[in-house]
Parts: sequence; structure tokens; C-alpha cells
Amino acid sequence: MKLFDALLFSYQAIIGTPVRAFLLIIAMSIGVAAVVLLTALGDGARRYVVDEFSSIGTNLVIVFPGRSETGGFNPANLVTSTPRDLTVEDAASLLRLPNVKRVSPILVGTTEINAAGKLREAMLVGTNADFFAVRHLNLSLGRPLSKSDLNRANAEVVLGAGIRNDIFGKENPLGKTVRVGDRKLRVIGVLEEGGRGMGMTTDDLVILPVATAQAMLNTNTLFRVLVESKSREEILKVKDRVLQAIALRHEGEEDVTVITQDAVLQTFDKILGVLTLGVAGIAAISLAVAGILIMNVMLVSVTQRTSEVGLLKALGATASIVKNLFLIEALLLSLTGALVGVGLGYLGAMLLRHLYPAFPAYPPAWAVLAGLSTALASGLIFGVMPARKAAKLDAIEALTKR
Amino acid sequence: MTEDQLLIELNGINRIFHLGDSEVHALQDVSLSIKQGEYISVMGPSGSGKSTLLNLLGLLDQPNSGSYFLDGRDITTLSLDEQAKLRSERIGFIFQSFHLVPRLSAAANIELPLTLSGINSAERAERVAEAIVNYGLSDRANHKPNELSGGQRQRVAIARATVTQPALLLADEPTGNLDRVTGDEVVNLLEKLNKQGMTLIVVTHDQVLGARAKRQIKMVDGAIVSDISKES
Repeated sequence: MKLFDALLFSYQAIIGTPVRAFLLIIAMSIGVAAVVLLTALGDGARRYVVDEFSSIGTNLVIVFPGRSETGGFNPANLVTSTPRDLTVEDAASLLRLPNVKRVSPILVGTTEINAAGKLREAMLVGTNADFFAVRHLNLSLGRPLSKSDLNRANAEVVLGAGIRNDIFGKENPLGKTVRVGDRKLRVIGVLEEGGRGMGMTTDDLVILPVATAQAMLNTNTLFRVLVESKSREEILKVKDRVLQAIALRHEGEEDVTVITQDAVLQTFDKILGVLTLGVAGIAAISLAVAGILIMNVMLVSVTQRTSEVGLLKALGATASIVKNLFLIEALLLSLTGALVGVGLGYLGAMLLRHLYPAFPAYPPAWAVLAGLSTALASGLIFGVMPARKAAKLDAIEALTKR
Repeated sequence: MTEDQLLIELNGINRIFHLGDSEVHALQDVSLSIKQGEYISVMGPSGSGKSTLLNLLGLLDQPNSGSYFLDGRDITTLSLDEQAKLRSERIGFIFQSFHLVPRLSAAANIELPLTLSGINSAERAERVAEAIVNYGLSDRANHKPNELSGGQRQRVAIARATVTQPALLLADEPTGNLDRVTGDEVVNLLEKLNKQGMTLIVVTHDQVLGARAKRQIKMVDGAIVSDISKES
């Protein structure tokens, strides 16, 4: 029997019982759609986190105060290890290290901004001129903070796009005076709209010189210091040098934590990658269930079509032809179900992206292929038993059964 | 092939079924020679072994002992696949309950044995078209079996059995599910095929139908009790 004719025969057998075919295809497609959609979610989460982390800059070494304890909680730490402040001077000293391109101290806090009779809350970032380059922030108006000594408390501010809209509307804010906290500052620039990083939008930031912010918040310590390495290869060396340099300034104590952006990125990438794989595995169980369902229904249809099998044998079909016909039927059903499932999965992912535009829920190609091949494999494996049963039917008994 | 060529030769065939503890001798030491082109009826009461004989002749069943030569070849030495091939080339079956595939059209049912034996679609279409015309099914070709009358269904079944040009046509109660008139039509059709040279073996309860055959075999308890040839 020619393959095309066998396919046609099996196809006719499938559409001959539309309800059965519909239910089987639905069962298989739900399994495949689950694999596609869940991996799209998992991989979307991975991409989202990686993107967020990448958006804070490139080749970054991040310094923050306080040692990262790896030995668990030790009550003695409560008494002895009061972390030293991470100061502006510490940050300035890092710029002198080899292969360090830029250094940007960061101080954050919340404050109120007040101008033209309008008041709103804002996230305050005290930093320096290099911050804009390190974080890849673009301005829509004006200029970034002045390049001056870190200790100079210039009375200038760069506004986030959202703040500018709320306070000035369409008016040009450049040169205007705003009150931030207890200070009067001159607006020198406005950030571009839609900047992101670490799950925050930059639209609601007010950026001012670090010394100004320190005075305003009455604090000496920094929240972070971002150090940008000259090249990717130098990151680890820079990290070690930064740690040594700070320790030297802090009387030999390594009381800061230094992480590289790369390491964090890779960790998240790995964790979320494994998570996606696990989710895919769970979804694949439903494919096995669908396979068992196909086996069950095919067994029933072998019984229902006993006399047809007998007829085929009487007409000269060999046992292997009969077996192949039933196997092809199971495969066609699972293939159709799998394709419908991939379609449903992509549709679901599309819907997800439509509902949450920030979330990159794209089904990874490997998951789609794995879903398809698992569906086919389960169709094949679970199709073998009914097909064998059909092939083994005794022609006479099959013919006399009515 | 000449009229006198031996098509079938059975020697000392025994077929035993095991039903629980008891053994049933469906065929006991049956020997039979059938020439190409013969018209034979096999009659006998229920359980006399006539259907078993038919199945055996049709290669659907194997004897426990004895030898079966078809076209001079010893069937009992052939593998199951070789038997299936022989069945598709040399043997046509006609059943009491027609056994048409319900989801396929009349034409597709007729085409089925050609499809199974892997003949290309152009030749299939040609032979099916010819059969449809020959059996007067032109206006019914695309109808499903449940849209056909009993007589039409059996005509489709006969067309299907003969589309491969078999040497041997085996009919098991071909008129059993038909009324008198359509039954006669079907028998006339079968006899016409026999006159064209096809060997026809009809198993039946029907005395009238059995009496029309040129050679009448009567079976009782798995053995042939009479084998009469009518002079024509």
C-alpha cells in the first residue's frame, strides 16, 4: 500500500468520527499549548530580569556598604561589625584605579518637589555627571549634571519626564527654579521618557549632585557606587582592585560588598532557565496523559472497527498494513493536536504580550520543538499497542463479529 | 489458462477448533479438486463446516493437517504475508452482510483492494470507473453505503471482489440479506462472472440457489457427503 493512500485512508477514518477526532485533538493540543505557553512565561521572566539588569549599564561593578555574610547569622556581628560608611571620597578614589572608566556614586531617597504651586512626591537620586553615561540615560532637554568636584553642592537638578509633565506640563522647565525638599534648585535638564532599570521607571526621578543630596538627606554614606570597567575582560580584575582599594581606605576591613553585573546576570539567567525547563517538564506530563488518552480511544476504535479489520485482511492487507493504518491514524491525530497546540500556545503568548507589553513572553524555539516531538512520540508509543492489537485480529472472527 | 486446469487441490484437510475442553472437528479429512472456471455450491446444515471450508479456501484460515495447492503452489508453506498477497491477487470475497466500509463512497469501497495492493491511482481510477459502469452503479458511485439499497450494496461488494480480476470468487450466503428479486439479480451477476471464466464457489442454505450450481457439494459434520456434477 502506498504511503499517500495509507495517509488518505487514515485521514478518512479520522474524519469519519469527528467527535472522537475533535476530543483527541483538543486533549493533545492542550498539552502542547501548555508546554508552549508555560515556557513562554518562564523564558519571558528570564528575559525580563536579564533585560532589566542589562539596562542599568554595561560592564558594571557594583559596590554597596556592608559585608555579605556567608556564614549565617552570628550574634557577635550585632555588636562588632558596624559597617563603615561608604563615602564620596571612597568613590572618588576608585576613579584612580587602572581600567576604571567611570565611577558614579549613588544616594537615593524620597522627597517632595514643589514648583509653580504644584507639589508631588519623587524619587531622589544624588549622583554625578558620569551617572548619565554609566546608566545610558538620555536627555530630551538641557544638559546633564555639571562635571565638578563631588563635594560641591551645586544647586541644579535634572527632572524625570513624568515629573516634568506633572509640574510644568508643556512649558519649558529649563532655567526654572524648583523646590526639592528644603532646597531651591535650578532645572538644567529633562530625561527622555520611558527609561527603565531594575523594575523602576526613570520618569519619576529627580537627579541632583550627590553633595546636594547628602546635605538634603543629612547623611554621609552612599547607597551604591557604580564602577564601569573599560572592557568586559577587565571586570573581574576591576572588582578585586575595587575591593582592595576600599579595604585599604577602611583600615584593612573588607566591609563592602562588590558584585559584578555579569555574575548577577548569569545567576538569574541560570536560575530562570532551569525554572523554565522544570515548568516545561511539568507541562510535558499532560502530553503523556494525552498520549494515554489516544491509546485508550484507539483501542476502543479497533474494537469498534473489528469487522473492517477483517475485511481489510480478506481484501489482501497484510498484518503490517493493518498495523500501519492504525499507527498512522494515531500519529495524524497527535500531529494535528500538536500543531493546533502550538498555534494555541503562540496565540496565548501573544495575548499575554498584549496584556503585559513589558513582559517578553515569546515561546522559545526549543520548547516548541520539544513539545511537538514529545506529542508525536507519545502518539507513536501509545499508538503501537492498539495498532498491534488490530494487526493480530483473526480475520474470520473479525468478519463474523457484527 | 484452459478450462481443465486444476485451480485447487485439497488433500486430507483437517481443521480442529478448541472450544474450552472439547474439540470440534470442523473439517474431517476433506479432499477436493476444483478446476478453473467451475461453478460450485456448498450446502449443508449449520455447523457442517462449510464456512470453515470457505475460509480455508480463501486463505483466511490454516488447516491443522493436510495440504492445499492453489495454482499448483502449496499454500501451507507460505508465510502469512505471502498468503495475503495471494489473497489480494487471486481471491475475491463476497459476504452475506456485504462488509462495506461505511465512511467510504461506493467507488472508494470498490477501489479498496487495489489501494491495498499498492496499484497507482491512475490505473485504479480506470479500473474502478470500468467496474462502476459494468455493475450499473454509475449514478451511485459517490454515495455512502447507507444511502444504497441492499441490492446495490451487494453489487458494490461484488464489484470490489472482482476489480482485482481474481481467479476464485468465494461467496458466503450472498443472497442471505436480500429479497427474492434482488437476490436473483445478484445470482445472475455471479453466474455471468462465472461464464466469463471466474471460478465461483457459493456457500448457502438456500436449496434453490444451491441447485443452480453445476457442481453441488453437500457437507455434514465436517465431511463431504456428496459431490454431484450436473451435466449441462
